[in-house]
Amino acid sequence: MAITSTLYDSLVKIVGKDFVSDRKEERYFYARDGGLMPPHEPDFVVMPETTEEVQEIVKLANKEKMPLVPKGSGLALTGLVIPQRGGIVLDMKRMDRILEVNEKARYVVVEAGVTHGVLKSYLQKHHPRLRHSIPDAPPIATIVANAVIHGQGRLSQQHGFNSDMVSGLEVILPTGELCRIGSCSVSSYWFSKGAPLPDLSGLFLGWFGTTGIITKLGLKLYPCKKMRDVMVFLTDKSELIPDIMLKLSHTEMIEDVVVSAQPLPLRFRGTFWVTPYITGDSDEEMEFKRKMVWDSIWEHFENRDVGFLSLSPDMKAPLMSMPSKDTCRFADVSKGGGFQYAGPITPIEKFPAFIKKLEEVAAKYNVFYSSATRLIGAGHCMMFSFSFSFSRANADEMVRAKEALDECSKFALEEGGVLWKADIYEQKLLMDRMDPNTLALMKKIKQLLDPNGIMNPGNWEVK
Amino acid sequence: MPLPELKFDRTKCARCKTISCLTKCQYMDFKDKDKAKKEWQKVINGEDSSVQEACTTCYACEEYCPYGNHPFYLIVEQQEKKGILPAPRPTVTMWVNQCQPVGKFIVGKVEEKALSYCFLPHFNTLVKGKLFDGIAWSVIFGQEFFCNAVYLHYARASVIKDRLPGIVENIKNQGVKELVCLHDECYGTFTSLAPAYGIDIPFKPIHYYEYLYGRLKELKDQIKPLNVKAAYQRNCSARLCPETDHYVDEIFGLFGVERVKRKYDKESALCCAEIFRMEKGPALADDVQKRNIDDMAKSGAEYCVFNCPACWDSLAHKVVKQGIKPIHMIDLCKLGIGEEQALRLPELAVEV
Repeated sequence: MAITSTLYDSLVKIVGKDFVSDRKEERYFYARDGGLMPPHEPDFVVMPETTEEVQEIVKLANKEKMPLVPKGSGLALTGLVIPQRGGIVLDMKRMDRILEVNEKARYVVVEAGVTHGVLKSYLQKHHPRLRHSIPDAPPIATIVANAVIHGQGRLSQQHGFNSDMVSGLEVILPTGELCRIGSCSVSSYWFSKGAPLPDLSGLFLGWFGTTGIITKLGLKLYPCKKMRDVMVFLTDKSELIPDIMLKLSHTEMIEDVVVSAQPLPLRFRGTFWVTPYITGDSDEEMEFKRKMVWDSIWEHFENRDVGFLSLSPDMKAPLMSMPSKDTCRFADVSKGGGFQYAGPITPIEKFPAFIKKLEEVAAKYNVFYSSATRLIGAGHCMMFSFSFSFSRANADEMVRAKEALDECSKFALEEGGVLWKADIYEQKLLMDRMDPNTLALMKKIKQLLDPNGIMNPGNWEVK
Repeated sequence: MPLPELKFDRTKCARCKTISCLTKCQYMDFKDKDKAKKEWQKVINGEDSSVQEACTTCYACEEYCPYGNHPFYLIVEQQEKKGILPAPRPTVTMWVNQCQPVGKFIVGKVEEKALSYCFLPHFNTLVKGKLFDGIAWSVIFGQEFFCNAVYLHYARASVIKDRLPGIVENIKNQGVKELVCLHDECYGTFTSLAPAYGIDIPFKPIHYYEYLYGRLKELKDQIKPLNVKAAYQRNCSARLCPETDHYVDEIFGLFGVERVKRKYDKESALCCAEIFRMEKGPALADDVQKRNIDDMAKSGAEYCVFNCPACWDSLAHKVVKQGIKPIHMIDLCKLGIGEEQALRLPELAVEV
């Protein structure tokens, strides 16, 4: 008790009393996320405002060997910011400044608490010719956390994972040193996270905060065209989806393509909805791109295997919104609001097998399902979501949803997929399959950077 | 229970001299009457014919037939029997699934006289103001009351025949004696399609043009001349009820609106063509839409008056690009009595 009391005082000294809490309410809230992982309470919740404060907190935690869990908005749903061993949850919300937009080099530098919603609004207002890759998470999702989990967004078909769009990092190492990664380590410009230097960003991206705390992040921005539109193509043959996705990406005309599958509402039953998005600065450009999209899959249309759906405004509006609100709607299908998904990253050829598995598992566990598949890169891989909704008031349904997810994750691994934002159990599944030398390298990195094992313990823990 | 059969009288076709169903078709080349006669005979006999494959499902031959012998319904029946897909199979599946009557519907405080919104949310916006005083709350909407005529586009007469009796029963069970149909598709279903299949309609269908005209006469003191030129956009299902077209002229007449003379109006009207995009791809749809809108512009129209909300969704933003103001007929009537246009331009491509 004396130690925690001293720690509390020390934390107050760093950030002020309004931004430290060990109260039950905060500990309850920060013990859980929106998914199915069991809760675990932290000892303290701290909200730093500056890099210097973060640095002081890390030094303190390292000295006291106190677990430290950096948190964005906690939307990963896989328990990645649930403090598995207690300690301090570092809520980064107050570090919410957009520090720089370089219009000509097309990047932005943000603090760790800046959200996608805020950046979208900021760019629309101040830099309308620039945009960033918005994930289909609630707008309060932070840019840093999304990059740390290798999120995807509306520009992922063109530019890869959102983490591929990172252009520099400022990190507080677990031992308290401030470290800059990328061009910003030798220059005042944040245009590259690695090249032409050794790319050290991989020491932090994908590590779920187990190797350091990102306090600033450079993010690549992309041209924002004046117009944007969505087209909807339908097919009832899952085996055609990989070919359709490849053909669409071959046009190099689309910014994004998502494939949706779900049994309800009825309009979705029995068909897969393929939704390519196009952008342009003129009607001519838009028409040209529409034609290219049509031409790319004309063969399937002529064979009557792929249909086109003209959209009424009420159908188009939800498809056009960024981020999509459909996720929130889906989360409330089972009244009582909850959903979780396994989103393995996998070759697109696996779509037919994955959709079959999803339908089988949903029937087996009697859970409502949905799937949204996003093409990443020019067909290099896809994120396939096995999504299940559940009511939080229905314990049995939650258990069934978790079992369904676990079965899907195992299946995805067996099929050659790699689990995305894996929870601690899935991380173990991944590490059990990992090349031993790769695993040994991860262990060395972790021990080197975090000798006291304070950073988000439980995650990426190599035995 | 067996599905109702189409009442088709082949003797009427036998004595037909014009074969208008094919010779007037805007999408098939049957200027040669003998060729048309031969091909139509194949259709009547249930043989394979280019007609079944080439039909764009524009509905127009229902209007062209001088005997009311339902040539289009016959084509649809045969398309289905032969497994011909006017639109790709997944599109048909989507439509068939989407409109299933599964117990989700919206009704207002339904009285003996009611408004049918079909399955079109636009009417939530349009049905307001003095034109609908005393009836605005008496509304039926949704799959349970959806006429299902759309399946004529998808070679699924069987779906219509299967669902329509239940739909009619649902409407009757609401205590409706007179149904003001705000969409031609519903009105045409009850006055053309249902009789063609021997399905009784136990209420009186009223076309909303007739309703509007009646209301406007009641509100005649409030009418202010608009004195504008307007192109009228006929929709596919207007072909099922061409007898209502005179109301366009009569309503226009009340406001001093000139229905511009143009190539693509009345019997030679072009539909919105969006169905062609889903059936045949973009080339035909784009061509038809361009010809239609160019024709509107050439005729000097200031407004394009829409009857069907689906046409509105397809064409409204495109007519604007030609400098023509899109307006739904209900909104035109509102303007004429000093009220505001409610249905606004849909977004096509959203600025980011």
